Amino acid sequence: MGLKGKKQSFNILKGEGEDAELQSFDIELDEGMVVLDCVHRIQHEQQPDLAVRWNCKAGKCGSCSAEINGRPRLMCMTRMSDVVAETPEGQAIEIRPMKAFPHVKDLVTDVSWNYEVAQRIKPIKGPDTMDWEFNQMEADRVQQFRECIECFLCVNTCHVLRDHALFDDFAGPRNLVRLAQYEMHPLDTEDRVPEIKKEFGVEYCNITRCCTEVCPAGIQITDDAIIQLKERVVDRYYDPLQRIWRTITRQKVRY
Amino acid sequence: MTEEYTKHEYDVIVIGAGGAGLRAAIEAARSGAKTAMITKSLLGKAHTVMAEGGCAAALQNADPRDGWKVHFHDTMKGSKWLADWRMAELHAKEAPDRVRELEQWGAVFDRTPNNLINQRNFGGHTFPRLAHVGDATGLELIRTLQERGIHEGIDIFMEYTVRHLLKEGDRVTGCVAYTRVDGDFHAFSAKSVVLATGGITRCWSVCSGSWEYTGDGHALALWAGAELRDMEFVQFHPTGMVWPPSVRGILVTEGVRGEGGRLTNSEGERFMFNYVPEMFASDHAETIEESDQWVEEVVSGKLATVRRPPELLTRDVVAKAINSEVKAGRGSPHGGAFLDISHRGEEAILKKLPSMHHQFKELAGVDISKEPMEVGPTAHYVMGGVRVNAETQESNVPGLYACGEVASGLHGANRLGGNSLSDLITFGKRAGEHAAKRADTLAQPGIEDAQVQSAITEMLAPLNREGGENPGLIYDEMRDMMQAKVGIIRTKEEMTEAMDDLAAFNERQAACFPGTSRKYNSGWHQALDLKNMVDVSTAATLAALTREESRGGHTRDDFPGETEAWGKIINIIYMEDGEMKVRQENVEPMRDDLGDAIKEVKSMIAERAAEQAGGGN
Ligand SMILES: Cc1cc2nc3c(=O)[nH]c(=O)nc-3n(C[C@H](O)[C@H](O)[C@H](O)COP(=O)(O)OP(=O)(O)OC[C@H]3O[C@@H](n4cnc5c(N)ncnc54)[C@H](O)[C@@H]3O)c2cc1C
Ligand code: SF4
Ligand code: SF4
Ligand code: FES
Repeated sequence: MGLKGKKQSFNILKGEGEDAELQSFDIELDEGMVVLDCVHRIQHEQQPDLAVRWNCKAGKCGSCSAEINGRPRLMCMTRMSDVVAETPEGQAIEIRPMKAFPHVKDLVTDVSWNYEVAQRIKPIKGPDTMDWEFNQMEADRVQQFRECIECFLCVNTCHVLRDHALFDDFAGPRNLVRLAQYEMHPLDTEDRVPEIKKEFGVEYCNITRCCTEVCPAGIQITDDAIIQLKERVVDRYYDPLQRIWRTITRQKVRY
Repeated sequence: MTEEYTKHEYDVIVIGAGGAGLRAAIEAARSGAKTAMITKSLLGKAHTVMAEGGCAAALQNADPRDGWKVHFHDTMKGSKWLADWRMAELHAKEAPDRVRELEQWGAVFDRTPNNLINQRNFGGHTFPRLAHVGDATGLELIRTLQERGIHEGIDIFMEYTVRHLLKEGDRVTGCVAYTRVDGDFHAFSAKSVVLATGGITRCWSVCSGSWEYTGDGHALALWAGAELRDMEFVQFHPTGMVWPPSVRGILVTEGVRGEGGRLTNSEGERFMFNYVPEMFASDHAETIEESDQWVEEVVSGKLATVRRPPELLTRDVVAKAINSEVKAGRGSPHGGAFLDISHRGEEAILKKLPSMHHQFKELAGVDISKEPMEVGPTAHYVMGGVRVNAETQESNVPGLYACGEVASGLHGANRLGGNSLSDLITFGKRAGEHAAKRADTLAQPGIEDAQVQSAITEMLAPLNREGGENPGLIYDEMRDMMQAKVGIIRTKEEMTEAMDDLAAFNERQAACFPGTSRKYNSGWHQALDLKNMVDVSTAATLAALTREESRGGHTRDDFPGETEAWGKIINIIYMEDGEMKVRQENVEPMRDDLGDAIKEVKSMIAERAAEQAGGGN
């Protein structure tokens, strides 16, 4: 389907905090556009003070998260051809900022909570030697987690935060991924299990997998990160026998 | 009318939170200095996050024949012998330790079969040298430094933009910034200021850079009395995306060619074989068979016994070749060349180039494991920047340091791929260390209210106008102009026009109107950036007009080829009485022992090439 010359309406949340409301904009589309291009076109042609974050325009920096037609996505990696196809003819495409975070202005939200939690996570602790030796298979296990671009779409989607606002009790999927990345590093010797249980509240996660579904980096947040952390907590606090069993059989706990 | 502002006091202020800024801040904090880091974006979003291919360091993991002398030689040769040899020496010697240190801070690089950091081939590097993580090495680097940095007691100011450096007599004593979110003003007193603001490539309309790349640090330095060098040298990366229009310029990593990618024209010809310069002729493959054999050997982890494909020539050469093919009517449908990696198969591509696969699939609807990409040159990196002391990274203005892309010297006329990430960590560390050392000896400077107020007045000016042009339009037109008149191929005529155009843009920017709001007003931020862009574009054009030869990232249609005389001269840009000036300086002759090192490496390469040309085994 060609987009060139097509007129398209957008409803974009405009304004600050409580006073923000949807405002309508019409623009003409071009071939190959992504949603972020449309927001920029509106900014350039009609509304220079429209607030939006972006950097790389290639899905690498995680700056441009928003809710497009109600679905949390990166604006720079969402093709207009797809969005036009999913929007009923004649209806406007809706773009809102992420809902779980305090609203700043237009499409910009305050995501500083994620950085504050990150600061409380103990960094890696490994050998003092210069050359660290481990193989590619061991690297593979953690490299997945290190592909996180910190878009915070997972945090925005998680009901523990989005609906129940348990920001003080739960670290959120992004930072659980960070914890998993350290915990599964082949040479790390730090112990983070107590805080994974208490401060970071891994047990609040009830494995709905909503975070995994929206992750643009394709990280298996729930299965590969969170469940592994939960297992460590279970091993330590609830079930020493099961730990022995698992070491022998090398089987994972089934939930 | 006086505006309110918040005051802060630090020993060391680092402006920028990319690889260079983070590394500098970590070192300053570790040296005991009270350190702050200021960034226009959120933490972890700086340009560095976009770097793909890898970080160059002679670790000797992938090929034991490598070493600092070979890396030093490659960097000097790639720079067309214009790099500051002292910087190239320090870089080649120190980069390996800086990379290993990243590993201790949690970086997880791809591994060799011996469980060490793996290294890949890149253009201009004699041996496989780039430590990497698939094609997302910059992400690994910035995240590692970020995760280390937040535990070093550095105060981090996110979404603050520095617009002005405070001075006391000759020396720099702090800076003034506005917050992007609220439009509030902040004045920082500092004993040392480190610029780590990255590059200027947003001045061209086809570029691989983000909105941040408006040359803020280059301009701040110039305004504060610092000298810039090498500003005529802008690297046009040969492989940017060309289709669809909205992604034009986005980078396609050189890693694709390092992994065996082939460049062809519309006639299916591997045209790079026709563009091998004399200087590189002996160490590149002459036939498709030889080049295929090289790829086969290298990707299976063996030492190469034949010579590398011409696709891996330095970036300036490949970019100009694609440009010539398009001009000769042999371009791809959207005005580029074809780059094909599909022969490596889906599995290898998904492992080695996952983000390229994703990027083309999502943005262009192309599956690179099955079909070729269309690529063309994109403005990618500026070799020029603040002239610094090689050891300390201090500029000619006391108290003002620079590191990373905003600094200059290491890359001369052309930067080798992978030599930027290693530059950031090597010289970031040095800048932080020396900035802290200086701070140790000084008392806290005061903040002179008059300077702050005049900076604030200037920042508020666009919002106080009655009306005017949308800054976005001026921005677009100026970038198009630079692309057309100061692009890959340059002439005196066009650049003289460009100088006039820039003067006109300067007047227009001073009258634009972005609305009146101070709250997250992107138009206002852009209006302020326009001034930097005019000044750094002028610096680049002025230097380019002066250099009457073609070398590395500077190609003159009216002066083709290198001249011996210009091979010993660098251009220095500076301000005098409010006016931008350029002067020439001779490069310092290389220290004898380094000259010997170069000779040694040259003869090693010649021997090896002779062996390999014989079909080698
Ligand atoms: C797509 C792409 C791929 C690349 N791939 C590679 C590669 O594989 N290997 C390699 O070696 N190099 C690569 N490069 C080049 C390399 O990534 C950059 O040169 C390098 O990351 C620059 O780092 P930096 O720390 O100097 O600046 P940046 O990472 O750009 O950081 C600049 C910082 O300064 C801040 N800043 C700027 N102006 C202001 C201001 N006025 N006030 C406050 N803060 C400010 C910004 O917010 C940002 O935090 C690539 C570049 C691109 C664009
Ligand atoms: S799986 Fe857990 S972390 Fe992810 S969205 Fe569901 S509850 Fe939240
Ligand atoms: S885990 Fe995925 S969704 Fe969450 S912040 Fe990282 S990249 Fe985004
Ligand atoms: S702009 Fe970087 S992820 Fe969208």
